[in-house]
Amino acid sequence: MRTLNKLAQCTLAATLGLAFSVSAVAADITGAGATFPYAIYAKWAEAYQAVTGNKVNYQAIGSSGGVKQIKAKTVDFGGTDAPLKQSDLDAAKLVQFPSVMGGVTVVMNVPGIASGKLKLDGVTLADIFRGAITKWDDPAIAKLNPDVKLPNMAITVSHRSDGSGTTYAFTHYLAKQSAAFMREVGAGNTVNWPSNAVGGKGNAGVAANIQKIRGTIGYVDIADAMKNNMHYIALKNRAGNYIVPNQQAVADAAAGADFKVEGMAPDLLDQLHKNAWPITTATYILAYEKGSDPAKQKEVVNFFTWSLNNGQRMAADLGFVALPPSVVKMVEAEMKNIK
Amino acid sequence: MSEPSVTTGVDLHARQVRKFRLQDKIFHHSTQVFAFIVLATLVGILVSLTIEAWPSLKEFGPSFLWTNIWSVPDDEYGALAAIYGTVVTSVLALLIAVPISFGIALFLTETCPVWLRRPLGTAIELLAGIPSIVYGIWGLFVFAPLFADYIQPPLQALLGDVPVIGGWFSGPPIGVGILTASIVLSLMVIPFIASVMRDVFETVPHVLKESAYGLGCTTWEVARNIVLPYTRVGVIGGIMLGLGRALGETMAVTFVIGNANRINGSLFAPGTSIASTLANEFGEADPGLHIAALFELGLVLFIITFVVLAISRWLISRSMGSEGL
Repeated sequence: MRTLNKLAQCTLAATLGLAFSVSAVAADITGAGATFPYAIYAKWAEAYQAVTGNKVNYQAIGSSGGVKQIKAKTVDFGGTDAPLKQSDLDAAKLVQFPSVMGGVTVVMNVPGIASGKLKLDGVTLADIFRGAITKWDDPAIAKLNPDVKLPNMAITVSHRSDGSGTTYAFTHYLAKQSAAFMREVGAGNTVNWPSNAVGGKGNAGVAANIQKIRGTIGYVDIADAMKNNMHYIALKNRAGNYIVPNQQAVADAAAGADFKVEGMAPDLLDQLHKNAWPITTATYILAYEKGSDPAKQKEVVNFFTWSLNNGQRMAADLGFVALPPSVVKMVEAEMKNIK
Repeated sequence: MSEPSVTTGVDLHARQVRKFRLQDKIFHHSTQVFAFIVLATLVGILVSLTIEAWPSLKEFGPSFLWTNIWSVPDDEYGALAAIYGTVVTSVLALLIAVPISFGIALFLTETCPVWLRRPLGTAIELLAGIPSIVYGIWGLFVFAPLFADYIQPPLQALLGDVPVIGGWFSGPPIGVGILTASIVLSLMVIPFIASVMRDVFETVPHVLKESAYGLGCTTWEVARNIVLPYTRVGVIGGIMLGLGRALGETMAVTFVIGNANRINGSLFAPGTSIASTLANEFGEADPGLHIAALFELGLVLFIITFVVLAISRWLISRSMGSEGL
């Protein structure tokens, strides 16, 4: 009798536990979109669940997929590297805010040139990536690097073969530097690379190509450059200083930017700050102004409020750069529109 | 007393027969449904591909097939570079894989010591089971650097100055490219072709081979004049199976082909294939023409595979006819 009683108690407890977890499931939220911030969203979600018990699922399906899904109302929030225009946001009744920043670094594999020793400016970089400069000892490169011994070696351009936010940021930067680049290569997730280009799948694929092929130059996220210990170049910023890529330089670029613009999406490329890394970019979150489920809407706000205020350290560890405190305040104000 | 029992017996028998007939009917219809599901899926895929590809079909018409432009920024698309890459890598892969597979199958069935047959045969089948992404990663991280350092420079030194052929091996030795993709593909299709060939070679009646050996034929003469003619149908089938796999292979090719949307005469140059273009661009494709063009690429691959299958059927039926089978 006693054991039976115990059994009944256990069953009751289990049922209650199940019921409890079901009610917790109701507040779970799902997001989808950009692949670039996936690592940090996953990290934040894990930490947030440890604190609150609420689950956040983020599926890295690509920026345009994220925009598609949020417009189709199949997710609770979307992620995109390419911010939507205010008119698009108004039409779809969406709220947009930045979540985290990153930088795109230019990395190379040229025998005899150490990391950070090669100096390039935007125009020269654009000429290399549109195939106008094809040799490492080209006079245009030599002029910027009088003390570096440049080899007579063909340049191979390494790029992302899959459509990517990294390519989006990098090509927009180069297109700002050079009209010829805009005309010949274009700016976007997928562009027309010159004939000396090799495409690798994902940041890992590009990193592999650069490490294996001598004479290559390519671009990867700061996080990947750090992880793979790759050789980067120093890039001239708008203030005229040669900057080596690091998280401080990305943060400095953001410090000079004005986030009080449409869609909270200022152009972070080529900022004027004296220490600004020129190819700085933010990634964005899209949420509904009025959702069908208020509990989930509230949970989206809770998750990002928590992450932006507690997740800076995690972001830095993964090679991302957290938003400055002043911008976090603005995002919190903007999230009041999510109801 | 016995009469009624006989009637019941007949009755029972009739009922049993009726029951069997019903079971047969149900069996027939349910298997028919299964078979038609395949057909419906096939037609469904074809229809949905066409619907999704419609904006691109309308915009570019048949010239999509022979236009050598793939420009996302300008929203202009043509499939020629991808078709070229797909066909060239697949054909090259077969050129490498077929002789090797033939050798493997001949060795296993004709000259291999009996104790070695099973382990070797199993090894080949295991090779067929390796996921293609593993071949891709191996190709990119292990094979391509070795290829760039030890194979491409000597090839260029040897053949670089030969007219026409030299052009196939020109350009910087960067490891990844059309030829690398072909070699990795050939490794992937060898197990398929070799195991089919081995299986069909084993069907050759011993009495035929023994007679030929008895007449003083060498092993090669037996293979050439007895085994091959007898198994031609199966051999063609095996090669076509390999070709089908090579045409549609995605991940491994994406890793090592270099992913450049253009046609370059050199086999060392990076290129692209239909499947790798889809794998690369689908995730972040912009709605509109880009997506439609990718769907049309898928449709083109579907049709190429279909044509290959049709040709192989035709070859098989022709060679069957010529032998009066």
